[in-house]
Amino acid sequence: MNADVVREVFFWGVGAIMVIAALRVVTTQNVVHAALYLVGTLMGAAALYVLLLAEFVAWAQVLIYVGAVVVLMLFGLMLTRAPIGKANYDNSQRPLAAVVAAVLFGVMSWILIDAFSGTELELAGENAPRTQDIGAVIFSSYVWPFEIVSVLLLAALIGAVMIARRDEPEADKEVGS
Amino acid sequence: MTLPAYLPILILLVLSTGFAVFSLWMASKISPRRWTPAKLAPYECGITPEDGEEVGRERFPVKFYLVAMLFIVFDIETAFMYPWAVAYDELKLFGLIEMGVFIGILLAAYVYVWKRGALEWAE
Amino acid sequence: MNWVIDLIGGPQTVIAIAKVLIVFASLLVLMILVVWAERRILADMQARIGPNRWGPFGLLQTLADGIKLITKEDFRPQLADRWTYAAAPVIAAVASFLAFAVVPFGDEVTIAGHRIDFILSDLNIGLLFFLAAGSIGVYGVALAGWSSGSKYPLLGAVRASAQMISYEIALGLSLIPIVLVSGSLSTKAIVAAQAGSVQNVTFFDGIPVLESISRYFEYVPNWYIWSQWPAFLIFLIAGIAETNRAPFDLPEAESELVAGYMTEYGGAKFLMFFLGEYLHIVTVSAMAVTLFFGGWNGPAPDFLGWVWPLAWFLFKTGLFVYLFVWLRATLPRLRYDRLMWLGWKRLIPASLLWIAVTAVVNIDNAQLSRNWKLGAFGVMFAVVMVWVGKGDPRLRSAVSPQRRLDGTT
Repeated sequence: MNADVVREVFFWGVGAIMVIAALRVVTTQNVVHAALYLVGTLMGAAALYVLLLAEFVAWAQVLIYVGAVVVLMLFGLMLTRAPIGKANYDNSQRPLAAVVAAVLFGVMSWILIDAFSGTELELAGENAPRTQDIGAVIFSSYVWPFEIVSVLLLAALIGAVMIARRDEPEADKEVGS
Repeated sequence: MTLPAYLPILILLVLSTGFAVFSLWMASKISPRRWTPAKLAPYECGITPEDGEEVGRERFPVKFYLVAMLFIVFDIETAFMYPWAVAYDELKLFGLIEMGVFIGILLAAYVYVWKRGALEWAE
Repeated sequence: MNWVIDLIGGPQTVIAIAKVLIVFASLLVLMILVVWAERRILADMQARIGPNRWGPFGLLQTLADGIKLITKEDFRPQLADRWTYAAAPVIAAVASFLAFAVVPFGDEVTIAGHRIDFILSDLNIGLLFFLAAGSIGVYGVALAGWSSGSKYPLLGAVRASAQMISYEIALGLSLIPIVLVSGSLSTKAIVAAQAGSVQNVTFFDGIPVLESISRYFEYVPNWYIWSQWPAFLIFLIAGIAETNRAPFDLPEAESELVAGYMTEYGGAKFLMFFLGEYLHIVTVSAMAVTLFFGGWNGPAPDFLGWVWPLAWFLFKTGLFVYLFVWLRATLPRLRYDRLMWLGWKRLIPASLLWIAVTAVVNIDNAQLSRNWKLGAFGVMFAVVMVWVGKGDPRLRSAVSPQRRLDGTT
């Protein structure tokens, strides 16, 4: 079989799975299931990165988004309240949310198509991105964004500590420690 | 060159998932099934679970959430370190200083979290 | 026949399928052996006999246990979330299988003109893949606890996943120095870099007695353990914590949490968790061998070329599996606060410090003169001394817990 055909089949297959999973994220009636469908979408994105030969991005995506961000979400859900079974999370803002989502989708699609439409990259062989190259680029051309990321992380962490420590007097009511 | 390298991983993924699912399916077919309400009740060391008591309503220490938050920060740091370490021979001293600044800022966060007692688990 | 091979993508696909099938089957057999070995070794250390009925030396005991588990009643707690409850053990087992994909378990062999590497896939980012596969394992634990619809599993799952993510950072950071010295994320390249013996040791040049000793370094294998032993210690501790093994087996602390996240599991579903845990032990052992002990490298005679590397790999991995069992027989379980203390307050700073040391050493002298390097080490050393000297009382009490009971701390 032609390698390009295989790649095409995988691309559309993964894409379909991602779209279905993304739809289920917002339609499912259980928050933990929603988080799991989100994992499906993110894993699909990682698979697409692999198809684009962006290995480092793919596995960093799995490591950070699947392995950390959604785990944080699951933690948040399990620590507060994540009942098994169905629950109704809808409220009166549903139509508004749909409009916002549709507009966002339109704008993002338009930007991406406008910016990259018709651009073709030859990825095979010599042009295949290596992790070394990514490192060299991050630490030479993108020094400032990289360093600013650490400030962002600092701010996020301090914010988390501030919010988390507020309910200290109630500590004796807690269980499980 | 990379895509063929993922073929074995794909096969392994399919094979191991298939194996696990098949084992569970087969077990559900060949094993006896004599369910009783007592057997299916949540295990609480013999104490009868109270009706209507929802599982997961207890409050956990918020520290668990903080740990997950800290984990994300350090996970991102780790993810940045891999390309840095691979490209270290090219980056040389400049790379060392850059990573030093990056880690330095994160260490400030780490020290802050430490001093605020978020890493203390013994009350 | 040929058109079938062409249809599925040529001989490479056939090789890939055959390789995966063989490795998969071998892993299952290996897992059976590891469980048997653990029970026999533990029994020996506790002056018992251990399983000895089924097969020679009780070798088939694990198989019998597996059959028993599969034929046990398949039940689902009434409050459980049906599909997530069934999916959690599958995820746990699959994540463990996947991590093995980047372990090089031997050299290569040429069959009918096709070169076959003894590694499932030599990814350019192998180490990152290993970490990512490990991070998926958290889902098996967290979902098992949540979906059981029961209290103990939920408590156990929150604890266990907090433990796993805490030690995942130390695990990830302990691999960085190896990447720094080898300049590669590919496990195959890391093993290749450790081939042969220690050479060009200029460290002792000019010192009469030591210089003559350094001749014998050609008999010392060129493993990363010599220069990277702090990274190895961190990797080992974090690796044991990742596999939830003693002394880090808090997730299944039976004295407080019944069986932790596995409380509501039984039969084949429990078998999958069990399988995942023991596979994880094999993978972490294999990774320790690959990164620090030269992988499959070892002295080999000229005949049966591909057998020796494989044998060396299995032998070294076996030693680590033995270590895992030994630790279980020796060490008591850590208390949860000390577990978190060790992970967050000791292993992470230690691994960051070791990365700094390795990074400074590996800069060429033209860029950073030796005096500057020494100065940098001086500063690091001073920081460590101040840190240790400040005397966190728990540093002492962790080493000798009985002090606390006396009230002397």
